[in-house]
Amino acid sequence: MSTIHSESRIHERYLRHSKKFPNVWCAGCGIGIVLGAIIRAVDSLDLDKNDIAMISGIGCTGRMPVYVDFNTLHTTHGRALAFATGLKLARPGMKVLVVMGDGDALAIGGNHFIHAARRNIELTAIVVNNATYGMTGGQYSPTTPQGAHAATAPYGHIEPPFHISELAVAAGATFVARSTVYHVTELQKFIAHAIQKKGFSVVEAISYCHTTIGRMNRWGKAPDMMRRLKENSITVKQAEGKPEDELVGKIVRGVLTDRERPGYIDLYRQIIERAKAEAEAA
Amino acid sequence: MSPMLMQGDEACAEGAIAAGCRFFAGYPITPATEVAEVMARRLPQVDGFFIQMEDEIASMAAIIGAAVGGAKSMTATSGPGLSLMQENIGYAAMAEIPCVVVDVQRLGPSTGRPTSPAQGDVMQAQWGTHGDHPIIALAPSSVKESFDLTVAAFNFAEKYRTPVILLMDEVIGHMREKVELPDYATVERVERAQTLVPPEWYKPYENYPVDVPPLIPFGEGYRYHITGLHHDERGYPTERADEVNLWLDRVFRKIRRGLSEILLYDADGIDAAETLVVAYGSTARSAHYAVELARKRGRRVGFLKLKTLWPFPEEVVDKAAERIHRVVVPEMNMGQMALEVERVVGRRKVRRVNRADGQLIKPDEILAAIEGMR
Repeated sequence: MSTIHSESRIHERYLRHSKKFPNVWCAGCGIGIVLGAIIRAVDSLDLDKNDIAMISGIGCTGRMPVYVDFNTLHTTHGRALAFATGLKLARPGMKVLVVMGDGDALAIGGNHFIHAARRNIELTAIVVNNATYGMTGGQYSPTTPQGAHAATAPYGHIEPPFHISELAVAAGATFVARSTVYHVTELQKFIAHAIQKKGFSVVEAISYCHTTIGRMNRWGKAPDMMRRLKENSITVKQAEGKPEDELVGKIVRGVLTDRERPGYIDLYRQIIERAKAEAEAA
Repeated sequence: MSPMLMQGDEACAEGAIAAGCRFFAGYPITPATEVAEVMARRLPQVDGFFIQMEDEIASMAAIIGAAVGGAKSMTATSGPGLSLMQENIGYAAMAEIPCVVVDVQRLGPSTGRPTSPAQGDVMQAQWGTHGDHPIIALAPSSVKESFDLTVAAFNFAEKYRTPVILLMDEVIGHMREKVELPDYATVERVERAQTLVPPEWYKPYENYPVDVPPLIPFGEGYRYHITGLHHDERGYPTERADEVNLWLDRVFRKIRRGLSEILLYDADGIDAAETLVVAYGSTARSAHYAVELARKRGRRVGFLKLKTLWPFPEEVVDKAAERIHRVVVPEMNMGQMALEVERVVGRRKVRRVNRADGQLIKPDEILAAIEGMR
């Protein structure tokens, strides 16, 4: 997908110059790559910045909105989708992007995640999945692989992980896609598609945390972990028909669902018409 | 409008519609469910949105989100739900987002007795969330006051950019009374303040020259940042103590400077009184009856009915109790507002009358305290 503006022009256009850089993320972190993919996706769609809101919860990913020149709301841990639901209903014309980490979206915010999908509220959720709580120092999250060591799993992690994208599909999201911070142009393409999609859309961006859980498991430095994303991932097409044991530990990238369901706001508009007609008739 | 028979919960919902509320998010809970039911029916009639969220945490989050989008917004719950909302009430206080939280109090702690009245959330309303912040909490004692104070709650929320808690109780919420509601077009409404400055000059948390800088809704060309972190005047996170103090000073200052209009109360017979009764909510009904009985028996009793519980009307109570020997504070809890009264007038003057067993406080219990029998 071609971008409308050059890279330096994009930085100038979408990053906040009144906000002091550098950012809070560790050198080598994948979150900045996701942020880059988001602003290039927005740029490719040529949207008005005034009509875009970026909402986050708490954690490393939660710090993303402060750097971008949209309407930005940094909320409480796990609740970004619930705040976003209110904003979207008050401002149906806005494009509302909700950025969350895996702990934010799936542990403390898991209930809001499945209900936003079920409701099919017109929001775009971008989940940066680094399989840990980075900001607090590498505790296990709902997506930490079984057997891994974490700050709160010193003897190894015994819980099986959630699969964010499969959960989103099952809960009713209309567009669900997964990519990684290595496959950045693909990620950008998915995000652009998600923003345009009517209904609840989810993009899972697989990332890593080399400074906490990566270090605890000797998974190497940022480039090593990035290389693993490249080598360990296959496309949805490549995965088709493969037996399940061959897919263990693999990241399956691609579009998991792209379907049509009536959106919440469209349905509610019908309620408004019906309520007004009934009130008038009474 | 012609007189109607209506519940306090219904009057609250109608007050919200009259005040311009156009967004409601809530979760079913006794005894506040009727507020949500009326809003579900009424809001779409006026182009508003009603949504039943997955829990009270989400409800509180959603009304803040809607308020950021410019809508006047409300939720309604009871004690257990208010407990769940506390983190986000703190967020609204920190980010200075106007919104109204209705708490129709029931007997706690925990699940307690869902259909029994209580006034056990008075302290929770002020101190339920972590950290220091001012709050406004109002307590109606009749169905008509449920309407009026809901309107006042919205107006205070907008004028002072703060969450406002309406502390009803089960009796007020479920009781039916004859009320005559005003024509909604005549109801005084405070609308969101505008700004004259262009977007590049706009500071959503400016500390001077005004105490309450205007909050421009998202989507109107003023792109800025809102966070629950301590922030500077532009809304960006800060770790500087001087910037934290500027914020802290201003949010307390804005409420303090508004006290003359925020503190709502009815005072009667105070000047000549020997004994003062301080009451609020449904207990004020029993208290008023007890005061009248005592007066018939020749006692000089003053009556102070508080409609604003937070900020606590220190000076009002202090002045009313100046020449008084005994201050009776009846309430359906183990003594929450009494703590504030004692703080102001001294512990020895105060006679508490408490019930936290789901029963109303009867006038004769208050009368006994007025007469020094307990």
